[in-house]
Amino acid sequence: MFRIEPRKEPSRAMAYATPFLALLLTILAGFVLFALLGKDPLKATWIIFIEPLTTLYSISEMMVKATPLILIGIGLALGFRAGVWNIGAEGQFTMGALTGGAMALALYQIEGFWVLPLICLAGIFGGMAWAAIPALLRTRFNTNEILVSLMLVYIATLLLSIMVHGPLRSPEGMNFPESRLFHDAALMPVLIEGTRAHWGFIVALLVALAAYLLLRFHIVGLALKVVGQAPRAARFAGFSEKRMVWFSFLVSGGLAGLAGVFEATGPVGQLVPALPVGYGFTAIIVAFLGRLHPAGIVVGGLLLALTYIGGESAQISMQLPSSTTRVFQGLLLFFLLTTDILVNYKIKSVRARPGAITLNRP
Amino acid sequence: MDLLVNIMLGIIIAATPLVFAAIGELIVEKSGVLNLGVEGMMIVGALAGFAATIELGSFWAGIAAAALAGALMALLFAVLTQSLLANQVATGLALTMFGLGLAALLGQRYSGKSAPEVSKLHIPGLSELPIVGPILFGHDAMVYLAVALVAVTAWFLKNTRQGLVIRAIGENHDAAHAIGHPVILYRYVALMFGGACAGLGGAYLSLVQTPFWVENMTAGRGWIALALVVFSAWRPWWAFMGAYLFGGITIIQLHGQGMGLDIEPQLLAMLPYIATIIVLVLISSDRTKARLNAPANLGQTFFKSS
Repeated sequence: MFRIEPRKEPSRAMAYATPFLALLLTILAGFVLFALLGKDPLKATWIIFIEPLTTLYSISEMMVKATPLILIGIGLALGFRAGVWNIGAEGQFTMGALTGGAMALALYQIEGFWVLPLICLAGIFGGMAWAAIPALLRTRFNTNEILVSLMLVYIATLLLSIMVHGPLRSPEGMNFPESRLFHDAALMPVLIEGTRAHWGFIVALLVALAAYLLLRFHIVGLALKVVGQAPRAARFAGFSEKRMVWFSFLVSGGLAGLAGVFEATGPVGQLVPALPVGYGFTAIIVAFLGRLHPAGIVVGGLLLALTYIGGESAQISMQLPSSTTRVFQGLLLFFLLTTDILVNYKIKSVRARPGAITLNRP
Repeated sequence: MDLLVNIMLGIIIAATPLVFAAIGELIVEKSGVLNLGVEGMMIVGALAGFAATIELGSFWAGIAAAALAGALMALLFAVLTQSLLANQVATGLALTMFGLGLAALLGQRYSGKSAPEVSKLHIPGLSELPIVGPILFGHDAMVYLAVALVAVTAWFLKNTRQGLVIRAIGENHDAAHAIGHPVILYRYVALMFGGACAGLGGAYLSLVQTPFWVENMTAGRGWIALALVVFSAWRPWWAFMGAYLFGGITIIQLHGQGMGLDIEPQLLAMLPYIATIIVLVLISSDRTKARLNAPANLGQTFFKSS
């Protein structure tokens, strides 16, 4: 028999070790999954986790996909620390792409160094505005932010579809539901020549650095933590829960919006209805995998980007279904949550200490 | 008159999956657990029901498979949150993501196939009555099963000893534990029942509402079911009414254009989601009422200290 005993304080060693343990368990579960699908498990694991790291092209593609994951993951982690559950980053991402893209189309053929920053600002604003809805409803009417932010994902996707079918449709597009291709001044500058990796990746790293400094040295970092872990203490300390809800939603919405506009003006280059591909949801896994810490999120974002790239190449070379990646990502989150118990609790074998009297109580 | 009957039929078909999923989640939340994985359990149930119906050639085999699949998904959630003390919000999200991925992966070979038509229960005499006949009688058995489920759940929670214990555990798990009730056991059972119900709701989608398999076919209905539980203030018959209200909104979407409304289809498709938000705001804005009805220990981890 085993029994679970709470630790006096969370184990730091376990906090660092469990993400790796979870990854290992995911890979093991992947072995079983591939075997069940009738594919060679070793080859599939190699293609998904190792091969993408061997070519410059796939590394650049990893940067393309890690950019939105890191940006959104950083924003979400701030809220998760405070117990503010913004689940609708996907919608804020879509709105950011839509408002930023609309700005790019409004400035069509206009040159100038200020064009791209203005587009990005429009995207940030769009994401923030979309995130302000659940923030307002939670602070003003006490409405559950999880459900509201999630409903807004569906609404945002439909709104993008309306705009691309209607007002923003390309006049030369022969009635296809897509916007014009953005002109050069409205496109993200490329980071590595000949690839799609763009400067947004550098911005994402800078945002992670800024978030680290904020959490480490600014009072907001403490306030988020106290509001999340001890709401009553936060009230006595004068940290306003409402202010933290607004802060979390505006920052995470703005960053998701920025990720959206980067996606539109970077790898995609126009507005299409299929622009949102689930980065907003995957970023939730990234935030947990990175233990809500900015440095961890950068690593987590790169890792999940790796599974996207590896999943794509396994799809081509081994005919693995594209949804395998999503199963993997879901499993990874499961194992992370499972191994989490090791951080806060000790697992003790009861038989090892016969007759021992436990006085420890939570 | 035909239009009226058609609209009513449409509402019933759109509401039934929501009734199943919402009632299941209602019991779960009454026991103090918040399972946000309804969407994931529904989609896995939808696939299991569809696959079993095709492979075994029997509608009821499909229904049983869907309930089983939903319950197994819920068991996964129960092990993580009840035995391994994982965060319920995060685990629920994981269950949804995993379920959507798993269903897409395993459902590949079924995409494009369609399910055989489900037989309707015809009651000679009653089914032929004008208007009332087709609206009240002559549906498939699942519609009546959903109504029966609501009635039994309402009765169970209110009038049985086990129902009382479930409510007690949801209000204060430490107190319930102290007087000797097996908190974790009750929650395991409630969760698996909720999962089975979500699975049934999913199967109704893939076997009756749109009788073919499409990836992501639940399209947020699991989340709407969660909202319905809040809307109902954890009362079964209110959840039932809420589901029918949403069925009505879905029908506006289907018939809106037929009735000559000149609106973009996407705008109509937004209606259920917008309505969910509005309903949530209306229900939750009365703070004292919302707090009185929600199970006091909803979403909190129970750790057996002695």
